[in-house]
Amino acid sequence: MTDQLLIDRTAAISPPAPRARRQRHPLALVLSAIVAAIVLLPVLTLAGIALSGTGEDWPHLVNFVLPRAATTTLWLMALVAAGTASIGVTTAWLVVAYDFPLRRTLAWALVLPLAVPPYLAAYAFGEFFHFTGPVQTAIRETFGFATTRDYWFPDIRSTTGAAIVLSAVLFPYVYLTTRVVFIMQGRNIAEVARTLGARPGKVFWKILLPISRPAVAAGVALVLMETLNDIGASEYLGVRTLTLSVFSTWLNRGSLEGAAQIAMIMLVIVFALLMAEQWARRRQRYHAVRATQMKARPPRVQLTGPKAGLTTLLAALPVAAGFGIPLYVFGDYASRRLQQFADPALMHALTNSILTATATALFTIVIALVLIQAARLARSHLVTALTRFAMVGYALPGTVMGLGLLFALARFDNALDAVMREAFGISTGLLLTGSAAAVVLVCSIRFLALAEGSIRSGLEKLPPNIDEAARSLGRTPGQSARAVVLPLLGPAILTAAVLVFVDTIKELSATILLRPFGFNTLATHVYENASRGQPEDGAVAALLIIVTSLIPVVLLSRALARDREAMM
Amino acid sequence: MNLQSMLPRKAVFAAAAVAGTVLAAPLALAQETVNIYSYRQPDLIKPVLDAFTEETGIATEVLFLDKGLEDRIAAEGTNSPADVILTVDIARLQAAKDKGVTQALDDETINANIPAEYRDEEGHWFGVTRRGRVIWASKDRVTEDAMSYADLADPKWKGKICIRSGQHDYNIALFASLIANWGEAETEEWMKGFKENLARAPDGNDRGQAQNIMAGECDLALGNTYYVGLMMNNEEEPEQKDWADAIKVIFPTIDEDSGTHVNVSGMALAKNAPNRDEALELMRFLASDAAQEIYAAQVYEYPVKEGVEASADVQSFGELNADTLPLTEIAKNRRAASEMVDRVGLDDGPSS
Repeated sequence: MTDQLLIDRTAAISPPAPRARRQRHPLALVLSAIVAAIVLLPVLTLAGIALSGTGEDWPHLVNFVLPRAATTTLWLMALVAAGTASIGVTTAWLVVAYDFPLRRTLAWALVLPLAVPPYLAAYAFGEFFHFTGPVQTAIRETFGFATTRDYWFPDIRSTTGAAIVLSAVLFPYVYLTTRVVFIMQGRNIAEVARTLGARPGKVFWKILLPISRPAVAAGVALVLMETLNDIGASEYLGVRTLTLSVFSTWLNRGSLEGAAQIAMIMLVIVFALLMAEQWARRRQRYHAVRATQMKARPPRVQLTGPKAGLTTLLAALPVAAGFGIPLYVFGDYASRRLQQFADPALMHALTNSILTATATALFTIVIALVLIQAARLARSHLVTALTRFAMVGYALPGTVMGLGLLFALARFDNALDAVMREAFGISTGLLLTGSAAAVVLVCSIRFLALAEGSIRSGLEKLPPNIDEAARSLGRTPGQSARAVVLPLLGPAILTAAVLVFVDTIKELSATILLRPFGFNTLATHVYENASRGQPEDGAVAALLIIVTSLIPVVLLSRALARDREAMM
Repeated sequence: MNLQSMLPRKAVFAAAAVAGTVLAAPLALAQETVNIYSYRQPDLIKPVLDAFTEETGIATEVLFLDKGLEDRIAAEGTNSPADVILTVDIARLQAAKDKGVTQALDDETINANIPAEYRDEEGHWFGVTRRGRVIWASKDRVTEDAMSYADLADPKWKGKICIRSGQHDYNIALFASLIANWGEAETEEWMKGFKENLARAPDGNDRGQAQNIMAGECDLALGNTYYVGLMMNNEEEPEQKDWADAIKVIFPTIDEDSGTHVNVSGMALAKNAPNRDEALELMRFLASDAAQEIYAAQVYEYPVKEGVEASADVQSFGELNADTLPLTEIAKNRRAASEMVDRVGLDDGPSS
């Protein structure tokens, strides 16, 4: 049951499974059309801006920017995909298949790096591995070197370095999706193969990897979209990605149109890639789903001695990197700024963060449910494709997405204001633009991909006709949804809520663009205090971001563990 | 299993109560307020704003946003609450004017206090503080005490220079001023040589380059003057005092008869400012001796108003002889500078 909690990208991008033809529901269609329109608002606005451009930026872009930026971006994406896939799959397999010291703790601790925003991780890694950081200082003290010219040390401020940083904080997406598959099917299939004489290595390569491929792809797709929308980490580490050229085109060359054009092309490519990937593995999903029918669960392999110790170390390493290093670096800064805890502004920011993230999580769940239900009812390929396209907006940098929504909301507000002045002589001013509601809305749209993927995959694990059974027993569609489908989806919805909550706590760039006066979240508080590029001055708030995200992650893991034990 | 059970109920109520107060607060002090849309971090402007409120009784509200600020004001249109715009760079002042979100001002006090080269010809903006983009040189390894920007392309510095991204506002402004002075072709030649002298592909921020000099990765870097003051006085991270101690400031010249490239932080009156009178008072205040002194002392920038002294630490760098090229000339060449950085591939670092 719990094990449906995978955030399955497969699901998020696959067409609804064929089902018995069912009656169209006009009210539901109207509702879902409205929701789809809202979700599409920023992307369509950006598309409008892109189309309004003249294309005068392109000779320059094509000749001097894009080839280089595209190569760097692809290279970065390939490295991050390889990094997150190998870390995610290995750790997932270790905690599912083996028993070793600290296994239970590590099983949830491996999700913790998700709580660290990539831009803070980049800074922390940069400092940790810098000449003046603890690692190189120790090396110099041990060997008596004086400057960097005396020894070689790998440079974290490089494309490879950026890939390491991003992999260290993003691998949990792959870990989460893959672990579920291993829990559901891995051990028993592996057991079968082994009884048939296959060696462990062969089992892993020939059986486990193939069955987990859709889950790995699902996790990696989320990772890659986050890699594409990242600006803070790559900028700090000196990696010139396509995203960076969006910003230099917009801000340094004053061409928002040109920037929107690059962004839209990125979106189309991401969309095409996801579609192609999904098309290429239509069949795997079928096998995977069928395999879940197996119920017996063989015990974990008990490791002992050095093997056990080594395995613990191996599984702990990603946690130490993605969570430990940022915690160490910001904890150190925070220890010298303890007075910041007394700052009332910090408490306001914490409150705002929690309220915004809670509201966003709830709202995102609602729109994800509406869209999924609409796709089931409408079964229009156009509607499905459009909403999927809006979800790919997750690959856009927050600022760009935020701008799209800003323009749309401001136009709405000003039009409403004009009408109200005309008709009633009252001014409604800027109703939505620059309100906390705009912040919730933009985060909901950005993170819809996370919620939708998680819920849809949960839904696809349910027997297709489960609500029809309820209907045939005389329940209305609404009743059957409430009484049957929603309760069964509980864990999937909870997972979705936690992922959206955590990402909203971390969200900086769209929030800062759309927030009202005097409204700070923890992330904007860090940014404001990190005056002139000194994140250390926001260390206390940065720690709070990590801790605040940690709480729901831990609670989720425990809820899942309870569920699993109940089931076994 | 639902979300609410995950949060202690009391915390939710407390959170709701606090949120209520937060939302209600701006309404409560709605009497006399200036709404500031700022590219500068609130911390940096708080001392002057506090002094302003103390003197005039006018409250201030700051909205900090470092990307897309003009776009937001433009989108808000006639209903925009923005009264004044504060920026950290000439580029953003000019961008605001170009977007049509500012209004012209012809105010005697401001005109008298701010030299003409730091004001827009049509009165759309003026500079509040200045900073030089200077050379930071290793105290141990660099014997030169005087250099020009042109010297940075001299092959003798091959592999010795560190900078942050060439697409950063501060570098773009410097390159734009070189284009204005030297012309595009000569600047491009210079930039090619400069690129070959880099020790590594540009990254990090300005202070990181001082750190690199201390680490021995490079001997020269480009940086803004105030960072040196900030590093010298960083009590929370005293390690940064060592970075500052590793470098000396050299004020490079653009040409023999011109001085060091200077950029400004500045302000503009928003086009649809709802509190125009209060905004005007703030603008006059920031151009006054009192505000200029606070700025100089707290953030280590050079005052714009003549007769106001820089802080002692900043004066210890030596004499700033600012280039007198009008800032608008710099703003005009930004696009060319940004394209040149791409064309030369400056951010890719040295080719060998």
